[in-house]
Amino acid sequence: MSSADHARPQVAAQSLSLVVAESSKPAAPAKPAASAVPGENPGVNKLRRRVVWSCVWGFLAANLLMFLRYFFPRTLFEPSTIFKIGYPSDFQPGVDERFKAQYRIWVIREADRLFVIYGRCTHLGCTPDWKPSEHKFKCPCHGSGYTAEGINFEGPAPRPMDRAHVELDAEGQIVVDTSRLYSWPKGGGDHFNDPGAYINV
Amino acid sequence: MADEQNTQGGKKGLAVLLEEARENAKALKGRAREELETTLKQPEKTQLYKSIFRVKHDDSERSRALGVLTNVFLHLHPAKINRDAVRYSYTWGMGGISFYLFIVLTITGVLLMFYYHPTKGQAYRDIVYLMSDVPFGSLLRNMHRWAAHLMIITVWLHMFRVFLTGSYKKPREFNWCVGVILLVLTMLLSFTGYLLPDDQLGFWAVTVGTSMANATPLLGAGGPLGPQLGMTNYNDVRFALLGGSIVDANALLRSYIWHCVAIPLIGSVFMGVHFWRVRKDGGISGPAPVMLESEIKSERKF
Repeated sequence: MSSADHARPQVAAQSLSLVVAESSKPAAPAKPAASAVPGENPGVNKLRRRVVWSCVWGFLAANLLMFLRYFFPRTLFEPSTIFKIGYPSDFQPGVDERFKAQYRIWVIREADRLFVIYGRCTHLGCTPDWKPSEHKFKCPCHGSGYTAEGINFEGPAPRPMDRAHVELDAEGQIVVDTSRLYSWPKGGGDHFNDPGAYINV
Repeated sequence: MADEQNTQGGKKGLAVLLEEARENAKALKGRAREELETTLKQPEKTQLYKSIFRVKHDDSERSRALGVLTNVFLHLHPAKINRDAVRYSYTWGMGGISFYLFIVLTITGVLLMFYYHPTKGQAYRDIVYLMSDVPFGSLLRNMHRWAAHLMIITVWLHMFRVFLTGSYKKPREFNWCVGVILLVLTMLLSFTGYLLPDDQLGFWAVTVGTSMANATPLLGAGGPLGPQLGMTNYNDVRFALLGGSIVDANALLRSYIWHCVAIPLIGSVFMGVHFWRVRKDGGISGPAPVMLESEIKSERKF
């Protein structure tokens, strides 16, 4: 079945190319129309079809690039990453959960400094829960555990939770920026003592 | 002008015309009755029937083969197949069941779309509304959910069967690759559908899933060599998936479009190629034909 099926279209193609060659180049006696390789005919000018095809492919390629760029919006309608959370004196020592629902942060006040933990598990991005009775953060997705300072000690989390940039404005209010994060990369040194990672209180 | 001529023709002409009309009506009535009788007794003889079903369906092998070949819904099927190919113990029927589930999912999915708004806040309310108050809404949603779970299972089992029977081998290598693409598309359909109820389960599943995309080598801000190539949370592959840096309204809308329009369309094209190639590669693979050494013919000598 297959040999017969394959044979037929080839014959047709050959005879077609012969016809094309004869009609388009009647005054070409030097070269015989039938070439050694079927489907390849030196007598036909292929420049036009090449130009047309490169236009078509170029157009499609440009469209593909536009299509890909289309998926990256310029303007985002997301909540601002910079916000004020009040005065350092508003916070008691320990973990403050006040802004978790609104800003996804915890404010940690220690004896001499105050910093803000960004509430995103470093494993796969869920928001951990603060467990006051166990004095630790616990991620509900895959069970990563963090100390009250946000340092990982159990579960799959590879590194401590990031801390957000904090500074005091002219009034003395704390301004937090969660788009500027201070991290402790796995195997690297921590940036938790960099300026902006904490406020002296 | 015509009216004048008629009145000039007189009463006699009018009577003749009336008589002719009556005769015509009688003949027409007779023909109509005749046609109605043949339609009722032998509907396959009518022009209407013949225009739809072009082949005469007598009980011959040729006619039955033509019945498959000339039907738009059946023409992807081979007219004849090997007896081994319909043995459930060999094929498990998993490819066909997967396709059947895809049809079920398409129909129930389109029906669910009539009540679902892909917007934050409204999406979850629509699901609750569908489950509690829309007539047959709960049935449709459960059909969609269970068919989705089943399709994931059957697609994997189909792949497993093809692997066990060696049906990925020559000449079916290309179709195996098409099948792998279809498997990925099925998983993507499942993943994008997960966010649509906009509940806690879906939200955190997509948070986790897109965090994995964030760790893609080169293209993710959290992946190897990503930051070196200038990837941030605002221009990497996760950002393109979510339409933002957080799982929010844009992510819900993108999920919806991929789930309901784009992936089913792409998948349908690949499915068409997949089914067509099954036939072109020699039909559903059967057990390898056994050939004894004595049966192998020696090369012909001239």
